[in-house]
This record gives sequence, C-alpha cells and structure tokens, in this order.
Amino acid sequence: MDPLSPLDGGTDPMREPMTVAAQLPPPVRRIVVETPPTAVSPPPPGSNGHSPHAMVAPSLRRMPRAQTTPIERMRTEALSIAYGEKLAVNQVSLSIRQGEVLALIGPSGCGKTTLLRSLNRLVDLTPGAIRGGRILLDGEDVDSFDVTLLRRRVGMLFQQPNPFPMSIFDNVAYGLRERGSKKPSRRQLETPVIEALHRAGLFEEVKDNLDHPALALSGGQQQRLCIARSLAIQPEVLLLDEPCSALDPISTQVIEETIVSLRTEIAIVIVTHNLQQAQRVADHVAFMYLGDLIEYGEAERVFGSPVAERTREYVSGGFG
Amino acid sequence: MSAPTQAPAPPVAVQPSRSRPTPEISWSRGDKIGVAMAWGAGILLCLIAGSIVAYMLFRGIQYLDLSLLFSHPQVGLDQSKTGGFLDPIEGTVLLTVLGTLIAAPVGVGIAVWLSEYGRPSWLARTVESGVEIVAGTPSIVLAIFGLLVFQQSFFGFLSFTAEGNAVFGRSFFTAGAIMSLIALPLVVGATREALQAIPAHVREASYALGKDRISTIRRVLLPASQRGIGTGVTLGMGRIVGDTAIVVVLLGASLQIEPENGTPVWGLLKGTGSTLTTYVYNNSPVGEGNAPEKAYAAAFVLLVIVIFLNFVVDLIARRKEPSWTR
Ligand SMILES: Nc1ncnc2c1ncn2[C@@H]1O[C@H](COP(=O)(O)OP(=O)(O)OP(=O)(O)O)[C@@H](O)[C@H]1O
Ligand SMILES: [Mg+2]
Repeated sequence: MDPLSPLDGGTDPMREPMTVAAQLPPPVRRIVVETPPTAVSPPPPGSNGHSPHAMVAPSLRRMPRAQTTPIERMRTEALSIAYGEKLAVNQVSLSIRQGEVLALIGPSGCGKTTLLRSLNRLVDLTPGAIRGGRILLDGEDVDSFDVTLLRRRVGMLFQQPNPFPMSIFDNVAYGLRERGSKKPSRRQLETPVIEALHRAGLFEEVKDNLDHPALALSGGQQQRLCIARSLAIQPEVLLLDEPCSALDPISTQVIEETIVSLRTEIAIVIVTHNLQQAQRVADHVAFMYLGDLIEYGEAERVFGSPVAERTREYVSGGFG
Repeated sequence: MSAPTQAPAPPVAVQPSRSRPTPEISWSRGDKIGVAMAWGAGILLCLIAGSIVAYMLFRGIQYLDLSLLFSHPQVGLDQSKTGGFLDPIEGTVLLTVLGTLIAAPVGVGIAVWLSEYGRPSWLARTVESGVEIVAGTPSIVLAIFGLLVFQQSFFGFLSFTAEGNAVFGRSFFTAGAIMSLIALPLVVGATREALQAIPAHVREASYALGKDRISTIRRVLLPASQRGIGTGVTLGMGRIVGDTAIVVVLLGASLQIEPENGTPVWGLLKGTGSTLTTYVYNNSPVGEGNAPEKAYAAAFVLLVIVIFLNFVVDLIARRKEPSWTR
C-alpha cells in the first residue's frame, strides 16, 4: 500500500470537524444531517483531500481476483425509502450478484446507508421510515421472510467496530447459539468459529487468546472479528457500510483482501467514500446522488468513462 | 439592540499558540471569589466528613466490645445489663437483602423497558414520573403508606394477625417491600444510564445477526451494563441500611427479632425486629433505652458498613467498561 495515498482510515472525522474539510475525505455525517440536503454539492476538485500523488499511486490498481460467473442473489425494484416527509432513496433498481463486489458511492447524505440497511430490513427499526418498491432475495420478496431468517442470510458490517462485551470465541459463536431448541456445546462450535476466524484473516493473531475479551483487541482486529462473527452464520449476502473508515491502512488492506476473496461465495455490497478503495475492490459501481441512482456499471467503465455529468464531477473530484 | 457595525474578529485568527500550554489565565475578581468559595466549601466538607469518621472511630473503639456483636439485646435499666446488638445487625442484613432482592430485578426490568421499549410513550412518561415521585418521597411517608396497605386483611399473610383478625402490618416482609422502593430509583437510574451509553449500532449488530430484542438484551445489553447495575444496586443497599423511618413504622423496632410461631424461615420473615439505625436511635440520649455507649458502638458499626458499601461502589466504578465509538 502506498504511504502517500491517504486512505480514509486514521482519523475519526466526527472528532475534528474543523480540519476535516481541508485534509480528509468528506464523510462528515453529522454536518450533513444538519444541513439541508440541497446544500450538498458534489465536492469541488481537491476537496476530497486526495493528494495529486494519489493519481499515480499503485493503490489505485484493482486487486487481483479470481474469475467468476456472477449469479444474481438480490435485486431492488423501484425501491424508495422515506423518513417521514424526506425521501432518502428514490426509485432505485439494482442487482446484487454473487461473484462480484458492488460498491455504492456518492456524496454524503445521498442515501447509501439507507439503501444498504433496507436490504436486511434494518430500516424497519427506524420509526417513521417508509419503504416502497420491492426487494428480492433469490426471487422472493424480503417481506415474506421471517426477519431473523432474512438477517441470517444477509449479514452486515458497520462503520464502527462493535464486538460484544464477551470473549473473542463467544463473539464469533454468538450467531450460532440459541439456534435450535438445544444448545450447541463449545466443542461443536469450535470448528465453525475457527473457520470463520480464518476466513476473516484473524485466526493467527488470536488463536492463543480465544477467551480474552473482544473489546481488548485493536480497532482493526475488532473489525475483522465482526467480519468473522458475520461469516460464522454463513450469510449469502454481506453488506458493508464504510467498514474501513475507522481503520489504519494495514487493517484496511487486510479487510479489502478478505472482501475480494469472499466474493466468490458471497454477494458483497460495500459503501465507501474512498474512491480508491472502490477501484481496488469493486467489480460494479453504483453512483448515487440525492437519493437517485445516477449511474451503474462495471467499475472500470464508471471510473474510466462515466456517462452522467454528475458522476464525472464526483469521480474526478476524487482523483484529479 | 446590538450594533451590527463591528463583527467580532474570528477567534481563529488570534490563537496561534494552540499547541503550546495555555499561558496565564487572567481571572476576574468575581471568578476569584467564586473559586475561593468553592475551594473553601470543598475543604469544609472534607473536614466535616473527616471529623465524623474520626469521632465515631474514637467513640466506637472506646465502647465497642466484640461481645456486643454477638449477644442479644436485653431489657435493663443499667447500661451494663442491656446486652449487645446482635439482633439489630441481623435485622439490618436481613432487611437489606430482602429489599435488594426486590429492588434489583424490578429496577433493572423497569430500566430495560424504559430504554429498550418505552412504548406507548405516554406510559413510558408516566412510569418515568412515577419513579421520580417515589425517589422524591420521604421514607416516612412511604412507611405510613405501607402500613396502610399492609394492614388490609388481603395482605394478612405477610404479617402477624391478632385475634379478632386485626392485621398487624409489620414484618420483615412488609418493611422489605417498602425498603425496596427507596432503592428502586437508584437502580433504575443507574441501569438506564448504562443502557443509554451503549451506541445504537451495537444493538443493530445483534439484530443483523438474526437475534431478536430479548436475546439482544440478555446476551449483549445487560452484560454491557453490569457496572451501572452494580453501582445502582450498591447505592440502593446503602439507602436501605441507613433508613430509620421504615424500620420504626413497619418492622416494629422491637428490641429482639421476634419470629412468628410456625415455620422457621417464613416465621422469621413474618416477625418483627430492629436494625442498627433504630437501635442507635433508641439507645441514644433521646431514645428510651438510654445506653449511649452502646449507641455509639452500634453507630460505629453502621458507619463501617456504609463506608464499606461506598468502597464497593468505587470498586465497581473503577472496573473497565466496554466502550465503543459512537
Ligand atoms: N433516521 C433518520 N431519520 C431521518 N432522516 C434520516 C435518517 N437517517 C438518514 N436520514 C436522511 O436520509 C438521507 C440519506 O441518509 P444516509 O444515511 O442514507 O446517507 P449516506 O449516503 O449513507 O451518507 P453518508 O455518506 O454521510 O453516510 C439523509 O438526508 C439523511 O438526513
Ligand atoms: Mg452512510
């Protein structure tokens, strides 16, 4: 990873709202929520804080990946979501495929998180949120599923690492417990737990302290533990909401590698403000603006020759 | 009306020395007086606390005899024949355990409901003000109210019933029940605060793994609130240990523990007794027992218990709590 290219990790933008605008990428959620959405213009060139060097940075290269034949697992049909009067997602139709990584990009407040959270029906928990249109998982409407079952099939990773206050082992085993009527023993759980930790690239670091509290791990390790926790219940779709924005470059790289390697078995959607990250990991890119899906296509095409004017502005604002 | 002519200079312009240590702050005279008063008040409080402990220590050690802790109190005119205060110690322990056993689960339950469900909101608001009212009511009022309730024949099974079916209304049961009310607000407050300190995305992470609300509360939220719950319960115990009014009104403040005849444990809980607070009161110069030396000794024991509970609160508060970024 190139040390010159500023990744979106390192600094928590919430903590230093003053300097953020000048030096860092713009995911300043709080500021955006407080200002009317119309004030969110596409970032002027340079404001994303990417140094000119980033243009030639090797980190822009796509990560090596296996050939796959993508299969559609989820799709949204004219999906709209409103919070009370405010329309956050407007008539979005998207296809989410196993065998590829879909990156959702767009300026802050454009509805990326809202769209992502609707896929596992987490928006249902927000009072006042209304949903229109359809979301299908393997051709079936997600509303027809038992919601706990749906969420087992559609896993999610959050921006902030959030392990539970229990041991590393118990965190990964959390989703496996209380499934049926009888409780699985620790020996029964050991195999899937260790496998999940391997797949999340964490096992070597924690194999001797599986009983240590998870919250004593570093931020990057915590986030990988959260990946392991999701993987343990073998999801078919994995939703990632800015998973690396609180992490250091090395942890970011490990997680990106994990994402790319998982895409053969799991359909992956990642929301990111880091356009370089999107270029590294994504096969397809969807660009959103003020709730609308402006552009959707193969990553190279969207970044190389965007069709829509908005996309061009946003994408070029990112890297020169 | 303020003149719009002179906009204040942007503060950013006049702070080049942001990283350097702050230079001398110039305090206005009012600030100086205020600080001096606050400082003085702090010192005064330390002096008062220190002299209470020192005085009680001095008196306590002077009069405390280990045999007092293990002998029953007796009726007697002469101070040397009135025995010890084993029964009040037992009474304090029993009453505290009873009150806590009721207050802890009920308080945690209320806090969880308020913080995690809280719907319909009018009910949540009502429960909230109910807790506040209980917290603000003097314990003597709660005690009188308790007596009124527990003297109803419906509650006759909880206390001694005299011939002619008059329900006495006084027992460890009834006193413990009302004692739980004075501990309850502390448990509710501390637990709720702890729950609200857990960021929303931690709950959502559990839901996103296909867990429902109940198992999220049981497996994630309550374990993460342990410290708050522990603090609230211990503070509540301190309140129970220190209360006098409820003991006088509802426990009978009898010299010895007087179990009701019948089954051993049930009989004990239906019986009357006293605690260290009422023992101190009765034997102090204002009471009827008139054994001031023993009152000092018992007060010393009481103080030790309370200081111990404070120490436990401190210990719990110092434990590392799980912390997430919001
Ligand atoms: N719980 C909520 N209640 C009301 N409005 C909301 C809520 N959550 C989001 N919104 C609004 O919906 C719009 C989309 O928000 P969303 O969080 O999906 O944006 P985003 O693209 O994820 O932004 P960011 O990049 O800053 O995370 C915003 O205008 C926001 O103000
Ligand atoms: Mg978001």
